[in-house]
Amino acid sequence: MRGVTKVFGDVVANDAIDLVVRPGDVVGLLGENGAGKTTLMNVLFGVYQADAGEILLNGEPVRIRNSADALDRGIGMVHQHFHLAPRLSVLENLLVGLPGRAGMLDRRRALARLDEIRRDFGLWLDPQQMVLGLSIGEQQRLEIIKALYRGARLLILDEPTAVLTPTEAEGLFTAMRAMSKQGFGIVFISHKLAEVRAAATRCVILRHGKVTGAIERPAQASNRDIARLMCGRDIAPAERTPVSVGDPLLELKRVSTRAHGGAGLRDVSLTVRGGEIVGVAGVSGNGQRALADLLSGMLAATDGEIRLAGSPMRRAAPREAQRLGLGRIPEDRMKTGLVTALTVADNMILPRLCEAPFSRRGWLDKKAIRAFAEERILAFDIRCPGPEARTAMLSGGNLQKILLARELAHDPLVLLAAQPTRGLDIGATRFVHDRFLEMRGRGRGILLISEDLEELMALSDRIAVMYEGRIAGEMATSEATVERLGLLMVGASAETSERRA
Amino acid sequence: MGFRLEPRTSTPAWLNAALSLGAIAAALILCAGLIALSGTDVLAAYGIMFDSAFGNVYALSETLVKATPLVFTGLAVAVAFRAKFWNIGAEGQLLAGALLGCWVGGFANVPGPLAIVLMLIAGAIGGAAVALVPALLRVRLKVDDVVSSLLINSIVYYAMMALIEGPWKDPMSGYPNSPPIQDAADFPILMEGTRLHLGVVFAALAAPLVWILIRRTTLGFAINAVGENAEASAYGGIRVNRVLLTAAAISGGLAGLAGICEVGGIHYQVMGEISTGYGYTGIVIAMLARLNPLGVIPAAVFFAAVMTGAEAMSRATGVPVFLAQVIQATALITMLVALLFTAYRIRRTGGPAGVGAH
Amino acid sequence: MSGLIEQLFQVGFLAALVRIATPLTLATLGETLSERAGVLNLGIEGIMLIGAMTGFSAAYFSGSLWLGVAAAIATGMALAALLALLTVSFGLSQHVSGIGVTLLSTGLAFFIYRLVFGQPSQPPSVPPFQTLPIPGLSDLPVIGPSIFNQYALVYLAMALVPVMAFVLGHTPWGLSVRMVGENPHAADSAGISVAARRWQAVVIGGGLMGAAGAFLSLAQFNAFTFGVVNGRGWVAIALVVFGQWRPWRCLGGALIFAFIDALQLRLQASNFGQHVPYETFLILPFVITIVAMALVSRNAIAPAALLKPFRKEER
Repeated sequence: MRGVTKVFGDVVANDAIDLVVRPGDVVGLLGENGAGKTTLMNVLFGVYQADAGEILLNGEPVRIRNSADALDRGIGMVHQHFHLAPRLSVLENLLVGLPGRAGMLDRRRALARLDEIRRDFGLWLDPQQMVLGLSIGEQQRLEIIKALYRGARLLILDEPTAVLTPTEAEGLFTAMRAMSKQGFGIVFISHKLAEVRAAATRCVILRHGKVTGAIERPAQASNRDIARLMCGRDIAPAERTPVSVGDPLLELKRVSTRAHGGAGLRDVSLTVRGGEIVGVAGVSGNGQRALADLLSGMLAATDGEIRLAGSPMRRAAPREAQRLGLGRIPEDRMKTGLVTALTVADNMILPRLCEAPFSRRGWLDKKAIRAFAEERILAFDIRCPGPEARTAMLSGGNLQKILLARELAHDPLVLLAAQPTRGLDIGATRFVHDRFLEMRGRGRGILLISEDLEELMALSDRIAVMYEGRIAGEMATSEATVERLGLLMVGASAETSERRA
Repeated sequence: MGFRLEPRTSTPAWLNAALSLGAIAAALILCAGLIALSGTDVLAAYGIMFDSAFGNVYALSETLVKATPLVFTGLAVAVAFRAKFWNIGAEGQLLAGALLGCWVGGFANVPGPLAIVLMLIAGAIGGAAVALVPALLRVRLKVDDVVSSLLINSIVYYAMMALIEGPWKDPMSGYPNSPPIQDAADFPILMEGTRLHLGVVFAALAAPLVWILIRRTTLGFAINAVGENAEASAYGGIRVNRVLLTAAAISGGLAGLAGICEVGGIHYQVMGEISTGYGYTGIVIAMLARLNPLGVIPAAVFFAAVMTGAEAMSRATGVPVFLAQVIQATALITMLVALLFTAYRIRRTGGPAGVGAH
Repeated sequence: MSGLIEQLFQVGFLAALVRIATPLTLATLGETLSERAGVLNLGIEGIMLIGAMTGFSAAYFSGSLWLGVAAAIATGMALAALLALLTVSFGLSQHVSGIGVTLLSTGLAFFIYRLVFGQPSQPPSVPPFQTLPIPGLSDLPVIGPSIFNQYALVYLAMALVPVMAFVLGHTPWGLSVRMVGENPHAADSAGISVAARRWQAVVIGGGLMGAAGAFLSLAQFNAFTFGVVNGRGWVAIALVVFGQWRPWRCLGGALIFAFIDALQLRLQASNFGQHVPYETFLILPFVITIVAMALVSRNAIAPAALLKPFRKEER
């Protein structure tokens, strides 16, 4: 790719980018969120057309008009959000878009090809199974098989390990090495330095749409060097100072729920004390959604007790959670947290709609609402044209700030934060982390559910790992390592790992 | 050189009004083709239409009379659609309101103003009750509100016909009508020599009241929020089902008021032709008004003019009266397309890809 | 009452049942195809009506019934194309666009009919389709005359059910239609044009709806009347949900509804029917439809992308 430029409106997503991939290369494409990595790969895959620059395949300039074209030319892409239809079978997902034989789907040839792929790369799935029943790791495997099925020689992987356990990630890297040995070219997008250093033969770093550096042997480069190329400055991670721990603020005692977006909770006991951040690790689908929704009041417990500062939580209702002093940051800020069609001010008061001073006896007090919103915008440095701005236009970081601002306004005793920094750049992430640590310093408690082990280890005082709805293990962060946590995340117990070591 | 649709950050106020007017103009222009098809001079035909709607005081009064139920159904649909409750059943709710209100007005032996108030309340209750059926079916059983509210229209219509042809038939008339309401309950006529009745005032008051509800109350806030994102609203503590049911009841109540104003102001009884699709026209009006309660009034007046005018046009020329319906439907579609321009802006794209820009 | 039950097994009743089910089947198949691709077509009621009108008019003036059917199909496709333009190309609300198309189709149907035929005291009519007995099969007892001595359109409609089931389940085109309705982004990255598929599904569906209308005015009745569709389009939408978006089940739903409709006609004419206002029977099919939806909707799993417009930049 030479001089590729792509512009969306006022935003220059890719600015004259050069990128070379040779057979056998595993190129890690690094950068913060919004750096332009996915956009660049979408240009390569034909989803977007570059506004300037050219693409050369095997030395020949080509125009990739759409994804079908890209696939025909041997470029395959595995997206971050899988392009699978859950209610169709593996075979159907595989065959879609391919011509059939005599007007019918060619199942026989498909099965034969699947066998070939199994022989060459060790990847296989049951063709009749519905995608709905596959685990996330298996779904990703299906995506890779799809690309191989169509004869891809250049494979693009977009944040492939975001949804995998450390063990599954290892499996993926093994498959990548096998493909690389066979002369495939692989580009994988990541924002995790450790992975890129482990798996890539070369890494290219993007920042604000431009290439800031290319490193030939990333395993030998230091994290700081790479980070500096990614961010342009040294942003040190937030520092956690020791704080004296207070009384239990949030207690779950032997709580169970039914299955909910994955596993339900099974006999879960957890405590968050004042001045403490408790991190919850685990691959998504192992009960985190149930835990978050339970505490948010969206899901009822079938068993067990929940107490906030000693008061029991009786009903499953969001207002109940608020009443007891629980602040909540949902996982999906645009779908669950905010009503993006409303103004910033409206979203700021949404959970407290019926309370004074925002409304009295059914009538809204617009002045009070506006004043509150303005104060919050200032206090949290939210970049927006004003309280009447449409929320939909704000960046991810500013959206998250709105959520934080409104939850922290009422000084909750405990804050439940689910994937709070997902999709945020380093600056916004640091802001969020600082607020959490500040809350902790004031003696409040935080329950932090996150898929980002680095974040958990940096912020939490204690970490609990969820697996299949249970707490597989809990330890102080000082005793935690990525390996120990990784094993718990896949269900192996800490003892087994020690015995093996 | 190409064009691209790009999302806007905000919508200038003038654009909203301009688009509605543009949509109406486009509809009139498109339907001119149909007028020409029937062999009539287009300008003359439109001239007759607007003259018969606005040409003199009597014409104007007729237009306002026709606009009254349309304002109410337009408001009804606007409130419902804001909550994304697809109330296509305003027609049936109107009939139910007419039925219940007429019944109350038939035996209430009380002085006029009180009778009118009772009829209004009964009308609203009738409409609200019918609207709650599809709402409850959706909330409890996930039944699609479009289909259920539509089917209920037919059910209410047939039930009404069964009543006024059978047990509730006016013994003194040969036609299928209900018995009339008490004379005292008739809406007073506001202007001698016209049919302009008190219902017009009620309609004119209803629009700003609904506007205040939507913009200044917590219920209105909740209705908007639930319509835009029910999940986030629930997460924020809003009782989504309760809001939906309330919005449905208000919507049905407004449609019911449309029905009872027709009974109290024009017909003084219920007959089969009491509504000529006012419920469906309400949908078009609500969309033209961009779901803004204040915008409902001019939109309703426009459509009333079209309906009155089409009748006059069909008498004077060979153009079938159904032109009114075609204009309405075309206006709805042109309005929808116009809405694209509020959400998006047209931008010219640069040169074709592949040309080195630097 | 026992006399009534006896009636149910008479040839006349079964034949009526099949006749009533045919336009419903065609309309439901058309709507199923459209919804499987992710587009709700609320224009169905209006499209059926204008299909009935153009079918009748074309047959009247040309003398050929089949030309009428062709005209109806073409009209249905044209109006469905309008819906596709609004919802697929412009991404507008499928609910409101569909209502707009129904209102437009209805208005146009009435307008054009009045313009062409005026308001004669004797409404115009055409000689309707004749029934076409299938040799051999039509001699079977009971089911012979009722199922195999029907109009050609009935056979076509019944044959379309397995055809559609096969096309959806076993052909690349059908699979791509399903994928477009389940995960359009996946279809897009597999090289399928989401917009093209949705257009195709909607327009073909509209053709079927137009054919349903033609059947009403050219076979079931022999004229076009303003109330000839009478809510059957809305019933078809309910039947799609009831049939879980599967062609064979939709046929089952259509047969059940036709049974109730044929039944209520018999009931009106029976002794029992003399004592009850006839509207009660007219209401019956609609009530049953709502009840059926109430039973099924809670667990119904719609195509995942139904009602969602597809835009490339979004995820």
